[in-house]
Amino acid sequence: MLLREGQIRIPSGCAISGIMNRDGEVFSGHDIIRSIALMHDRSNGLGGGFAAYGIYPDYPEHYALHMFFEDDQSREATEVFFNNHFDIEVGGKIPTRKTVKITNAPLIWRYFVLPKENKLVESGLGADEYMARCVMRINSEYPGAFVASSGKNMGAFKGVGYPEEIGEFYKLDTYKGYLWTAHGRFPTNTPGWWGGAHPFTLLDWSIVHNGEISSYDANRRYLEMFGYRCSLQTDTEAITYAFDLLLRKHGLPLHVAVTALAAPFWSALARMDDQQKALVKAVRTVYSSLLINGPFSIILGSRKGFVALNDRLKLRSLVAAEKGAFIYVASEESAIREVCAAPDKVWSVGGGEPVIGLLKGVDQL
Amino acid sequence: MTISNASAVAINAQGLYYKELNEKIRAALAAGAATVRVHSVNGQRYIGTGLSGNASLIVEGTAGNDLGAYMNGLTVTVYGNGQDGIANTMNAGTIVIHGSTGDTLGYAMRDGEVYVEGSVGFRVGIHMKEYQEKVPVLVIGGKAGSFFGEYMAGGILILLGLSGREGHPIVGDFCGTGMHGGVMYIRGNVEEHQLGKEVKVVELDEQDREVLGKYVGRYVGHFGGDAGEILDAPFVKLIPFNKRPYGNLYVGV
Amino acid sequence: MSFHYTTPDFIVDRDERRCTQCQICVRQCANEVHRWHERGRKVVHDDRKCVNCHRCVLTCPADALTIRKFPNEYRANANWTDHYIDSIYKQAATGSVLLSGMGTDKPYPIYWDHLLLNASQVTNPSIDPLREPMELKTFLGRKPDALSINDGKLAEALPPQLELDLPIMFGAMSFGAVSLNTMTSLARAAERMGTYFCTGEGGLHRDLYQYGAHTITQVASGRFGVHPEYLEAGAAIEIKIGQGAKPGIGGHLPGEKVGMDVSLTRMIPEGSDAISPAPHHDIYSIEDLRQLIYSLKEATEYRKPVAVKIAAVHNIAAIASGAARAGADIIVIDGFRGGTGAAPLRTRDSVGIPIELALAAVDQRLRDESIRHQVSLVVAGTIRCSSDVVKAIALGADACYIGTAALIALGCHVCQNCYSGKCNWGIATQRPELTERLDPDVGAGLAANLLKAWAHEIKDMLGGMGINALESLRGNRLMLRGIGLSEKELEILGVKHAGE
Repeated sequence: MLLREGQIRIPSGCAISGIMNRDGEVFSGHDIIRSIALMHDRSNGLGGGFAAYGIYPDYPEHYALHMFFEDDQSREATEVFFNNHFDIEVGGKIPTRKTVKITNAPLIWRYFVLPKENKLVESGLGADEYMARCVMRINSEYPGAFVASSGKNMGAFKGVGYPEEIGEFYKLDTYKGYLWTAHGRFPTNTPGWWGGAHPFTLLDWSIVHNGEISSYDANRRYLEMFGYRCSLQTDTEAITYAFDLLLRKHGLPLHVAVTALAAPFWSALARMDDQQKALVKAVRTVYSSLLINGPFSIILGSRKGFVALNDRLKLRSLVAAEKGAFIYVASEESAIREVCAAPDKVWSVGGGEPVIGLLKGVDQL
Repeated sequence: MTISNASAVAINAQGLYYKELNEKIRAALAAGAATVRVHSVNGQRYIGTGLSGNASLIVEGTAGNDLGAYMNGLTVTVYGNGQDGIANTMNAGTIVIHGSTGDTLGYAMRDGEVYVEGSVGFRVGIHMKEYQEKVPVLVIGGKAGSFFGEYMAGGILILLGLSGREGHPIVGDFCGTGMHGGVMYIRGNVEEHQLGKEVKVVELDEQDREVLGKYVGRYVGHFGGDAGEILDAPFVKLIPFNKRPYGNLYVGV
Repeated sequence: MSFHYTTPDFIVDRDERRCTQCQICVRQCANEVHRWHERGRKVVHDDRKCVNCHRCVLTCPADALTIRKFPNEYRANANWTDHYIDSIYKQAATGSVLLSGMGTDKPYPIYWDHLLLNASQVTNPSIDPLREPMELKTFLGRKPDALSINDGKLAEALPPQLELDLPIMFGAMSFGAVSLNTMTSLARAAERMGTYFCTGEGGLHRDLYQYGAHTITQVASGRFGVHPEYLEAGAAIEIKIGQGAKPGIGGHLPGEKVGMDVSLTRMIPEGSDAISPAPHHDIYSIEDLRQLIYSLKEATEYRKPVAVKIAAVHNIAAIASGAARAGADIIVIDGFRGGTGAAPLRTRDSVGIPIELALAAVDQRLRDESIRHQVSLVVAGTIRCSSDVVKAIALGADACYIGTAALIALGCHVCQNCYSGKCNWGIATQRPELTERLDPDVGAGLAANLLKAWAHEIKDMLGGMGINALESLRGNRLMLRGIGLSEKELEILGVKHAGE
C-alpha cells in the first residue's frame, strides 16, 4: 500500500500562481483558475488547490476551519475536540459541484469558531498560538481528520486532481477575495490524499510551493525545537512553520525572514555596508538551520498580502507583473498574460529576491 | 559606587550579582583606583579573577568561590571567611584572609602568596607548582583537611596549627599524596599514616629556618602574634621522594 | 643477551646486495635498531627495537630495507591470541601498566563505514561546486533563541563566535606530547585555511602567540601554562574534562620530555613529570563546571566562547545537556577511537563509546530539550577522511576536530609509539635532532593541503546532495542511510536503512 503524506516524505514539483488587489477590492476565483489552468502540464493531476483571502466578510474575526474527514466517525470524534476547545458560531458542509474528474473526495466541512474563553485563559496563550496548537494537535492526533485551513476571513480549497478541476469542484467562481493563490502539483509518488495537496496553511498563513528542497531535515529538526510538529513531512509545511516562527513568534521584519530563508551568499557581504553586513551575518549565524537549500519558489499569503520568493540560486522560475492595484506572480509569464494581457510592468524575479504585495497602508506581512 | 578620592573607591556589593559587581571593580581599576573597597559581600564569585596590576582590593564579608582565580598581581584582603577555590591557578599577587577558607585553596597556583589566619578545608595547595623565579607560598594559621598538597609540584606550604577544631590533627590524611615537587613545613608532628606514599620527612636546615622565618614574619605582620614563639616549636619538613613518582609505572606494548 | 619470552614484533629485512653500507639508517633511527659493526665493517640491526615506523625504509637511498611482521605464530587459538599472550609476558616481566600511543587498533565497529550519503536525481538538482557558490562557513559559539531587530538594526550584539571557513579544526595535541614544529605547522595551516588549532593542555609556546586569532587555548586539570595572558591569547578557551582515548584518566608527561622549551611553556621545572589529575579538582559536580566556565568568562570579560571537551561515555547525552546548561558555548565530544600520545592500553581499548553513536545521541537529546541551537557541537575521534566529516555534520555536528589525520599529513606512520619520545618523524618527540626533521614551512603546507583537499571533496558531496551551504546539512539525517546495521543502531543514529 502506498504511504500518504505524513507517513512518508513525498517530494513534488509544481506550478504556482498568485493574484492580488492591493486596494483590497474583491474579485472572483475565475481568473486564478484560468491562470493556473494554463500551466496544466506542470502538474500531473495528483493535487491542486487555492487559498483565498477576503472571502468571509460575514465572519471576519472568526477562525474559519476548513476540514477534511475520512468518515462521519472521525468527524464526530473531532467535533468532540471542537466543542471542548472552541465556541462554534456556524458549521456545515462546504458546497461542492459534482464533476466527473473529482472522485474520492473526503467529507469537507467548514466551521467558524472562536477559542473557548476559559480554555484560552487556562492555557495562558494568545488566541493565535492557542489555535495553532489545536490545529497541530488535530492533524497529528486525530486519525482521519485534517485541518485544511484555519485562518480568519480566508480559506484553502484543495484536493486530488488538476487545479482547474479542483476550482470547479469547490465553485470558486462564486467566492470573492482580494488575494488568491493557486497550486498545481506534480508529486513523484502519492496515493492521492487530499490533505497532502497544497496550499499548506497555518492560521492566516498559506503557502503554495514549487520544488524539492535539500535542507528539509535540517529545517524540520530545528523547527521541532520550537514546538512545531512536522506531521506531513512536506517541504511546504516546513517552510510555513519557518515563516510563522520568524514573523509571528520572533516578531522579525519580513526582510529579515527572507534573509534567513534565502540568505545572501557570504561573497555578497563584501559589497554591503557595515550595518547591513552585521545584520546578515547575525541572521545567518542564528538562523542558519532555516536556510532553505535547493530549488523552491513559493507564495506565502496572509490577510495583509503576500511575499513570493525563490531560492538564492534561482533554481525555480518565478515571474511577476503589476497593473494598477493588481499584482501578479506565477511560475510562467503566460499564466499572468492569460488573465492580464497588458500589464504595466513584467519582470523575472531574481534568486532570493522577494516580491512583496501588501494591502494599502500595511507595511508588514 | 562612591568615589571618595581619585584613588580609593568603595562599592556596596549588597544584592549585586557577581557579574555586575566585577564589572564595577574592573571599571574602578580601569579608572585608576589604587584601592577598591567592596563591602557587604556575601558569596559573590570571581572577585579579583583574571585581574592584573598593583591595586589593592579590600573585601568585607564572605568572599565567594574562585576569589583571585588566574589573578596576576593585586593584593586582596578579605575581612571575613573565604569559600572554595581561592587563588585557583593564581599567577602572582597576595591574598590575605582574616578568617578561614573552604576547599581547594591554591589549586594549581603558580606564584604569589596567600595568608589564611584560620583553618582551611580539603585539598588545599593541590597541584601547586613552581617554575624559575616563581614560587607560590601558602601560609595557614590553623589546620588543614585531607589531601593537603596533593600532586604538589612546587612551591611552599606552611601549616601552623595555631588554631582550629579541638581534637582534630593539624592535617588530615593522605598529606602530600602524589607530591613530586616543592616543600611543606608543618608545625608540630605528623603521624606516619597521614602521609602520602610519595613524601618523606626530613630535618630542617638553616635555609629552611630562614624561609620559615620570612613567611611566619609576614603572617604575624598580617594577623599579629609572636613570630619567635611560633617558630620555637618543632617543625616537620616534607619533600617528595623524587620528581618522577610514576617513572616505572608503564611498559610499552 | 637477556632471554625473552616473546619474539620481536617485526623483522628488518636488509637486502645485502643493495645495501651500500652508507649508514643513513643508523643515523635516522632513534630507536637504535641499526648499528655500524666496526669489526665486520657492515651495518647490522636489532629487530627487537624496531617499531615499524618506516623511517629507515623511506630514507634508504638504495631501497635495501623492508620491515615485515615477525612471521612466527603461536598455535592458533581464538581465545589466546598473540596479543594476550605477549602482553602477559611483558607484564610478568615488569609489573607495569601496558601503555600505548594513538587510538585503539581493535576492530570495533566504525559506523562511518555503515552510513551512506544521498545525492540528487531529477526531483531536485545537484549543484556543480566548481562553478557555483558552495559555502562551508560555520560559526561556533552560543546563539540566542531569536534575534531582536530594532529599526532594521541588530538590537543586541551576538555572543562571541569562532568563524570557520571550513568545518575542520586541529584538535588538542599538547606541546610536550608533540614537538614545537608540529604545533607551528598546524598553527600556520589553521591560519592559512581560516580555521583553528587547539593547544592541548601544555600551554602556548611564545613563538605561537602570533597565531592567537586561530588558536583555541586549553585549560585542563593540570592547568599547565594557564595564566591571564594565555587565556587572552586565543580566540576561544576549551576546558578539557576528558579525552576519548582515555576517559576518566589523567595525563602524565614523563620528565624526559620536559626540556627547556616545554618547561617554559608549561611553567614547570625542567625534567619534572607533568601530571594532570584525572578530574579537575575544582569540578566534582556539574554546578562546579559552571563555576569554572564562568571563572574563565569573567577572566576574559565574556569576549571568548568557552568550549567543554568531554569523552564519549555511556551517559554522554545527559552530560552534554548538563554542560550546555552550565554555560558551555561549544561542546566537544571525543569518541573512544580517538587518538592520544599515551594511554593505558586497557583503558584505551575498552572505555567509552564510538563517536557516531555519542554524536547522534547528544544531538537528539539537545533537540528534545530544545537547546541544540543554542550551543555548537564539535566531534572528534577517528575522523579519517572528508566523507567522515560530511556524515558527522549530517548526524548533527557543527564541525570536527582532526588529530591523527593531521599528524599523518605531517608524516606520522601510526606506529603507536608516541609515548617513547623517539618519534623518527619529528612529531611526538622533543629531541632536537628529531624535531628538526619536520620543517614547519613544509608541515604547514602539508596540513593545509589536506584541509584544502577535504574541503573540495566536501563541496563535491554537498553539491551532489543539492546543498550549497553546510548549515543545510547540519542534522539533516535524511541525507544518510544505514547499511548493515541493526534496528537499535539505526534508532540511535536516527537514520533509515538503505532502501527505505
